[in-house]
Amino acid sequence: MMDEARVTIRTRDLVKHFGRRKRRVTAVDGVTLEVRRGETYGLIGPDGAGKTTTTRVILGLLKRTAGQSEILGYDSMRDTYEIRERVGYIAQQFTLSRDLTVMENMRFFAQVHGVSPADQAHRIPELLAFAGLTQFTRRHAGQLSGGMKKKLALACSLVHEPQVLLLDEPTLGVDPVSRREFWNLLGNLRAEKGVTIFVCTPYMDEAERCNWVGLMYRGKLVAQDSPQAIKKLVPGRLLAFVPSQMAAAKRRVATLDGVLEVQTYGITLHVFVDEPERREREIVRALESEGVTCEGMREIDPRMEEAFISLITRQRSDLDTESVILPGAVPGAERGGDVL
Amino acid sequence: MSEHRNQDGHPILVENLSKQFGDFTAVDDVSFYVNRGEVYGWLGPNGAGKTTTIRMLLGLVKPSSGQCRVLGYNPATEAKAMQAQVGYMSQLFTLYRDLTARENIRFYGQAYGLSGKRLRRREAEILDMAGLERGAGTLTANLSGGWKQRLALGCAIVHEPEVVFLDEPTAGVDPISRREFWDLIYGMAKGGVTVLVTTHYMDEAELCQRVGFLNRGKLIALDTPDALKESQMRGRVLEISAEDPDRAMRVLRAAQAEGRLAFDEVALYGAEIHAVVTETVPGPARDPDEVLVSDQDPVSDQVAGLLSEAGLTVHGVVWIAPTLEDVFISAVKAR
Repeated sequence: MMDEARVTIRTRDLVKHFGRRKRRVTAVDGVTLEVRRGETYGLIGPDGAGKTTTTRVILGLLKRTAGQSEILGYDSMRDTYEIRERVGYIAQQFTLSRDLTVMENMRFFAQVHGVSPADQAHRIPELLAFAGLTQFTRRHAGQLSGGMKKKLALACSLVHEPQVLLLDEPTLGVDPVSRREFWNLLGNLRAEKGVTIFVCTPYMDEAERCNWVGLMYRGKLVAQDSPQAIKKLVPGRLLAFVPSQMAAAKRRVATLDGVLEVQTYGITLHVFVDEPERREREIVRALESEGVTCEGMREIDPRMEEAFISLITRQRSDLDTESVILPGAVPGAERGGDVL
Repeated sequence: MSEHRNQDGHPILVENLSKQFGDFTAVDDVSFYVNRGEVYGWLGPNGAGKTTTIRMLLGLVKPSSGQCRVLGYNPATEAKAMQAQVGYMSQLFTLYRDLTARENIRFYGQAYGLSGKRLRRREAEILDMAGLERGAGTLTANLSGGWKQRLALGCAIVHEPEVVFLDEPTAGVDPISRREFWDLIYGMAKGGVTVLVTTHYMDEAELCQRVGFLNRGKLIALDTPDALKESQMRGRVLEISAEDPDRAMRVLRAAQAEGRLAFDEVALYGAEIHAVVTETVPGPARDPDEVLVSDQDPVSDQVAGLLSEAGLTVHGVVWIAPTLEDVFISAVKAR
C-alpha cells in the first residue's frame, strides 16, 4: 500500500453497469488503480474498453454501480464540489464556444471556476504563452486548427490551477505534429508544475509518454505498470522477418521448439522465442526445407502494441473466445443514462 | 473478369495532380504510381489532401489540373467503366445495421450486379475471409468494431476488384482486430490486388510496402518506411535517463532557454527525456543502440555534464533510432 499523501486518484473494485437485467452491459468490471502525485498515468485501450466510463465515474459525472473511487481523498460521488475545484477535465467532446475568441473562452472558463480578475490578469497570458496561443487571442475558436483547439482546451482546463488533470482521448483525430506538441505541453506541465495527469488514449504509442500505464480491455485492467515493465511482459524475445509465404511460414514456425508466440505484422512475421540466436537458425532452416525464404531476420524490441496483443491473446483464451458481440457494441452504452 | 486497358502499366498512376476548392489548394501537384499487388500507404494529418485524392481517383471529384489513371481508365470521364474493377471503403463505411452480415454482403453484391452462382460463391468466400461464418446471421448492429470493419471490407471487394482504396479503414478498432484486418489486406495483395490505404496511425504506415508523406496537399516524401527513416530524418534522437526526470527536464529546458544547448526539441517520454539534435556532430559510427557517453560525442557529454552539475545521477545518454513519427515531423518541419 502506498503512502496516502502520494496517491492522487484511487479506485478499488470499481464497477459500472449500464442498462437493466437482460440488456445489462458491464462497462467497468472491477478496476483497481492508483495514480501517484505528479505522475502521468495513461489508461490505454481500444474503443469500448471502458476508459471513458472509468474517467467519468472517477470525476463523479456518472454514478458507480459498486466499488470505490476518489480524487485527492475526496469521494467521487459525495464530494463533487471539492473535486470540481481541484481538478481539470477535458472531455472527448470538449466544447469551446466557437463564436468566442481565444481570450473570451479563457475568461469564460475562469469565471465559471470563480477565478478572481486579479488572478485572471496574470494567469491567462501565462497559459496562452504556455499553449503557444499568444498571437491568436483575438481569433474565434471556430477558426482554430484542430491542434490549436486542443491546446486552447488544455489552457482553459488549467485556468483554475488544478492539481489534477483528467484528459479523455485528447489527441483523437489530431495531426502528428500537433499530437507531438500537445504531449510536449503535458510533459512540461508535469516537469514545471508537478500536475498529476490522467489520460485516456486508444493510441498504444502514447504509452511511451506516461510514467505509468493501465492497459484496459473489455472493462478490465489487463496490466498496470511502467511502460518499460509492461513491454517486458511479452513472452521471451522477439524476432522479426519477412517470409516469402506468410501462411505457410506462420503455420510451420508455430510448431517449432522454443517458439512462444507468433504474431503477423503486415508482411512481417513476429516470433517470440526463448533463445533468439539459436532459434533464428532453426527457423530459417525449417522454413528453407519447405521452400520458404526469410528476409531481414533480426531481433527487435517489442513495443506497447506487441505487449498488448500478447496479453489480450493470452487473456482471450481464458475468456469466452466464442463471443462475436463485444460489450461496446450495445448502442449508447458509453453515453448511457443515470447521469448524476 | 472484364477486360482492362493496360495490363502492363501501373494500376494507379498520378501525374501533377492538383485540386483547388476556391482559394484552397487541397491537392498540390502530386505525382506517384502504385505497382500491381503493392500495398501503398498514405500518411498525413486531417486536411492533408488524402481523401480528396482518393475521390479524384474514384472519379467523384474532377481534378483542377494534372492526370490520373486507374487501370488505364481516366476516372473523370470513364468512371462507369472503371467501377466494376475498383473497390472503396471509407472511414465512414455504411453497412445496413438492420441486415445480417450475410444480407449485407448479398446487398452489396447485387448492387455490383452479381447474381446466381457467383454471388453465392462470393458470399461464402467473404464470410470465410472475414472469419464471419459464425456471425453470418448476426444483425450487423450487434457486431463489434473489428467484425464490422472486416465485413465492410468484404462488401467493398465483393465484386473482386483489382484496385482497392481504403480511407482510414481501421480508426478506433483494437490492435488485434487491426492486425487481422492487415492480414486480409496482404492476403488480397498476394492475389494481385493493388491497395492504396490512407492512415494517420504511424505504426500502421509502417505496415505498408511504400509510404507517401502528405502534408498540406503536397507529397513531401515517398519511399519504403526504412528508407524514409534514412533519408528524411534531419538530426538524431537522444534518449536521456536520469534520476528525477522532471527535474532533469527543468535543467535541460533552462539550459536550452539560456542558449547553452541547441536542441530542436526536448520532451518528456515517461521516465525518459528525448531530445532531437540537428546540429551535426562528428562522432563514431551510428549504431542506434550504442551508448555514446564518450569523449567523441560532445552533445551527449554536454548533456551528461549539465545534469551531473545539477546533482542528478545520469543513468544513460543514448542515441536511439527515430520512429516514423520522428521522421514525419522532421520532414514536415523541413518545409
